[in-house]
Amino acid sequence: MADTPPEATSTDGHGETSADLLKELVSHLRANRTQLREEWARRISEAQLLIALTQEEIFNEATSVYDNYVEVLETGSVEALQDYARNLSERIIPRGVEVDEVVGIVLLLRDVLARSLFEKYQSDFKLLNRVLNAYEPAANRISNIVAGNFVGERERVIRQQQEAIRELSTPVLQVRERLLILPIIGVLDGQRARQLTEQLLRGIRANRAKVVVIDITGVPTIDSTVANHLVQTVEASRLMGASVIITGLSSDIAQTLVTLGVDLSKVNAVGDLQGGIEEAERLLGYEVTQGDYLPPEGR
Amino acid sequence: MAVPILKQGPVLIASIQTALTDTDVLQLREDVMTQVTRHRSRGIIVDVTALDVMDSFVSRSLRGIAHMTRLRGAETVIVGIQPEVAFAMVQLGMKFEDVQTALDLEEGLALLQYQLKEPLDGGG
Amino acid sequence: MEAESRIAIESDADVVTARQRARQLAGELELSSTDQTLLATAISEVARNITTYATRGEVTLRVVHDGNGRSGIEVVAADHGPGIEDIERALQDGFTTGGGLGLGLPGARRLVDEFEIESAPRQGTTVRLVKWSRAADRGVRV
Repeated sequence: MADTPPEATSTDGHGETSADLLKELVSHLRANRTQLREEWARRISEAQLLIALTQEEIFNEATSVYDNYVEVLETGSVEALQDYARNLSERIIPRGVEVDEVVGIVLLLRDVLARSLFEKYQSDFKLLNRVLNAYEPAANRISNIVAGNFVGERERVIRQQQEAIRELSTPVLQVRERLLILPIIGVLDGQRARQLTEQLLRGIRANRAKVVVIDITGVPTIDSTVANHLVQTVEASRLMGASVIITGLSSDIAQTLVTLGVDLSKVNAVGDLQGGIEEAERLLGYEVTQGDYLPPEGR
Repeated sequence: MAVPILKQGPVLIASIQTALTDTDVLQLREDVMTQVTRHRSRGIIVDVTALDVMDSFVSRSLRGIAHMTRLRGAETVIVGIQPEVAFAMVQLGMKFEDVQTALDLEEGLALLQYQLKEPLDGGG
Repeated sequence: MEAESRIAIESDADVVTARQRARQLAGELELSSTDQTLLATAISEVARNITTYATRGEVTLRVVHDGNGRSGIEVVAADHGPGIEDIERALQDGFTTGGGLGLGLPGARRLVDEFEIESAPRQGTTVRLVKWSRAADRGVRV
């Protein structure tokens, strides 16, 4: 996003505008580029930040950040910095870099530059003040952009991962024609249970399933919300012409269901998954030839 | 808009094409009873594939149709309830416990064929 | 997308119009297909009460936002019909089908995220529902 140089038109009564001060600042940063970058990279290592990166990588990134930093001070435009920050985040997040590290290095750069300004203007306190007035808002804005981009990118990645995990942990498997198996692993919450129901019902349609085996061996406990979802899943599946067998119902969960008033006689429960599949095949009990439907006894 | 009802041997097939108003539903009930009586049908399939909403009125009415046709010796099968609709119905508390359902027309015909123990001509 | 949609409810065909319009709005907000169906079904339930008991009324649809940037659909179904004498009972789920005095209110309430009702004998009834989008935040704005 292009921006006009900050406070370009204000004067502070001494004949120099903020813009002038920034120009001076920028040329100071350019003149001392090598020294300041090295000092920053050194302080990063001392503070044990970015340990996931090699020294060389740190120095390269430090150079890019430094140059972008100077460019923002010079032009007031943060677009290049934003692009770089996004790009940097995408690259270092998979390397395991944490938020505090990114915030840390950005603050260190600000410190390194501030100290070099103290040193340069130490004989003229009033001028130092004016330079800092020009420098600080810009420096803080830069810090915000870099850290903010990193946090935003990190949150986006986490959300994606969570979604992927949710998908993976509720796979709807078709093992035989007309038979779906849904093994559930882990703790169910209301949202996941609901997602599961939706996935299963769509799976019944897509696979034309007549029997569904839901295996909850891997589910330690359920609360009333999830118990209700389970019952609703059975009922909704039935509306779509599929019968449901629940396997792996622990006595704990059975007790929970009974306490919650769930009518277990309506639930077709079989001990384990293998038994459930056998029961399912018994229910299906026919040769599927062009939709002919032979009674089980006639097979 | 009237729901078309086709005869396929001993079975009737009512295919709902569009969203139903309450009036349409009542008309359907009347038409089904007329046709079941006239043809002495032994089964009727009501295909709701095209319905994106099945509220309590429609659900109760379909249950009513199933009960009435049963009194006339015809078994009703509701087919084509979509995943989102099934979900909504269950949340609403509509369960269809005493009404048969099947996934689609093909499954519905297979089910009736099995129950009536007589072959139905292959669906068109 | 208009800010507000008003649909006069005078016949049962209008009930269908109202819920289709809601589904359309919900689709624009990217509510999931399941949530769209839940919303449309809830509207069908409350709008039908208008045609059955009050002869005529109005359904107003609006896009709403909460403090966290979530968007949703707000539905207000209002009529000047006979009103409900015992709201508590109307909201009770007495049976699995047709509970709550046959007004379908307990069922409709389960389908949506927010549900309010105001009614008094001879003063008509107003039902307000909100269904929020479940989409995660679109991202951190820097």
